[in-house]
Amino acid sequence: MANVLVFAETRGTALRKVALEAVAAARALADASGGGEVHALIAGAPGAAAGAEQLGAHGADVVYVVENPALATFERESIAATVADRAKQGSYRAVVLGFSSQGRDLGPRLAAKLDAPIAADVTEIAVNGDTVVVKHPGYANKVILTLALSGSPVVLSVRPGAFTAKDAPRSARVERIEPAADPAAARVVVKEVVEGGKGRPDLGEAPIIVAGGRGLKVAENFKLVEALADAFGNAAVGATRAVTDEGWRPHSDQIGQTGRQVSPQLYVAVGISGAIQHLAGMRTSKTIVAINKDKDAPIFKVADYGIVGDVLEIVPALTAAVADARKHH
Amino acid sequence: MGAPTVKIAVCIKRTPDSESRFRIAPSGAAIDEAGLKFDIDDFAGYAVEVALQLNEKSGGGETVVVAVGPDLVQESLRKAMSMGADRAVQLKTDAAAPADGLAVAKALAAELKDGSYDLVLFGKHAFDTSAGVVGTATAELLGLPAVTAVSKLDIANGRGTATRDLEGAAEKVEFALPAVVTIDEGIARPRYPSLKGIMAAKKKPLETKPAQLGPVRVTVQKAELPPERPAGRIIGEGAAAVPELVRLLQTEAKVL
Repeated sequence: MANVLVFAETRGTALRKVALEAVAAARALADASGGGEVHALIAGAPGAAAGAEQLGAHGADVVYVVENPALATFERESIAATVADRAKQGSYRAVVLGFSSQGRDLGPRLAAKLDAPIAADVTEIAVNGDTVVVKHPGYANKVILTLALSGSPVVLSVRPGAFTAKDAPRSARVERIEPAADPAAARVVVKEVVEGGKGRPDLGEAPIIVAGGRGLKVAENFKLVEALADAFGNAAVGATRAVTDEGWRPHSDQIGQTGRQVSPQLYVAVGISGAIQHLAGMRTSKTIVAINKDKDAPIFKVADYGIVGDVLEIVPALTAAVADARKHH
Repeated sequence: MGAPTVKIAVCIKRTPDSESRFRIAPSGAAIDEAGLKFDIDDFAGYAVEVALQLNEKSGGGETVVVAVGPDLVQESLRKAMSMGADRAVQLKTDAAAPADGLAVAKALAAELKDGSYDLVLFGKHAFDTSAGVVGTATAELLGLPAVTAVSKLDIANGRGTATRDLEGAAEKVEFALPAVVTIDEGIARPRYPSLKGIMAAKKKPLETKPAQLGPVRVTVQKAELPPERPAGRIIGEGAAAVPELVRLLQTEAKVL
């Protein structure tokens, strides 16, 4: 029997989707290790404790809550110290967190503080005796590595979307704890958080992504991509490297080997030829739609549904049809 | 002179060209390196460029490049020196650096701890391991503040300011030096070495020491190519194909 600790990521007071996915991964790992408990830790601004119920509904047995006004921003040093401190107090088999912007930062801090082996961006987890065995796409998704981690605890960051949050209702015990390091005394001080994205879901969380490439010809045609995303209702907007290099979209929107790697339910590629660099960031999407004028474009080799033709003609028609379908569905 | 000069270490990795078509080695636990072109990892290359620009701005200072690995990494260290780095340190291993990021971080921390660096730079991750562990773990082992995956960095008067992506938002942070910073794409385009730079690099010092790796507790058991997606399907041409697409999205893909 072995318990697993989850860092349940929040932004401000809101629990993030990847937190529930990390709980699902931790639950499976605890079950595979002989059926231990899943303990989750929330560290956020006052009000963040509300996430405890959701964590319980998805399989957490205990939720540790740290609330502090200074945790309205991502206080990496305080959070790392608090999670590591908690991990040292229980004999956990693993510490699990999301491979998100926060988790990428925190995972290695925890590994060093706990002197624990770490695997990042994990898509599958298994237990083989004393060894935790994980799958991790390396080489920008071009080679799948199976890694064996010896030692306990291990630190695992899970790829957003790779584990499915499951209903596993239990009434989690909630325990309030203090931060192990004063978040207001951090050496890295957050001066400003600039929100972007105009109310759209993040690329890592959106079930649908509409992405545009150079086939849109000019920056202003990107509004066709925005409109299609609006028609789907819950879609994020992404772009190719060519587009972000041109400055049509911010660098943070870039999907590809050197940008974001995404796996939505539906990926709509608009005017994207499908360079290897781009495919590396989206080829694990469940369903891929491609609209491009060149029928020989590599994007059509990975597209479940391709339409050949002028994006300026097809995208508005698709936008109207999607809006209509959603109205009548 | 004017502004105080800074001493910067840049930890770099040698990785295969990311546009390569990969095959699996007969061991089944690594890629087949035959025929692949290797170079300084993309993100590490940005970090080298950032260091050079910061030192050019302060009108002096020193840029030291460090790599963990067998003698093949000397090629990357020489290239960084041909771009303008002043000297290099190879932390020598018999085989390629292990997949255990913490073990590598321990070797780097042992080397960097007495170096009086104002700034230690890394790429945000390396292409091969795609994990992003080493830089931040090294910072923790050194007890230094770490700012990760930054797309903007400036230093002045013993303090740094940086911008990093926060998924749908960007955060601007400030921190005291010395610090460890890992570098994202889009911050600086690495310069090409000049002929003069290449000649000069041959005379620059490259020191080799044994890497004091920590225990290796993460190993690659297996490497495999991802399953191919089923062959693509073109369902039609022009706006006339839109109704069929919507029907498939509703009935087959069930996403609408």
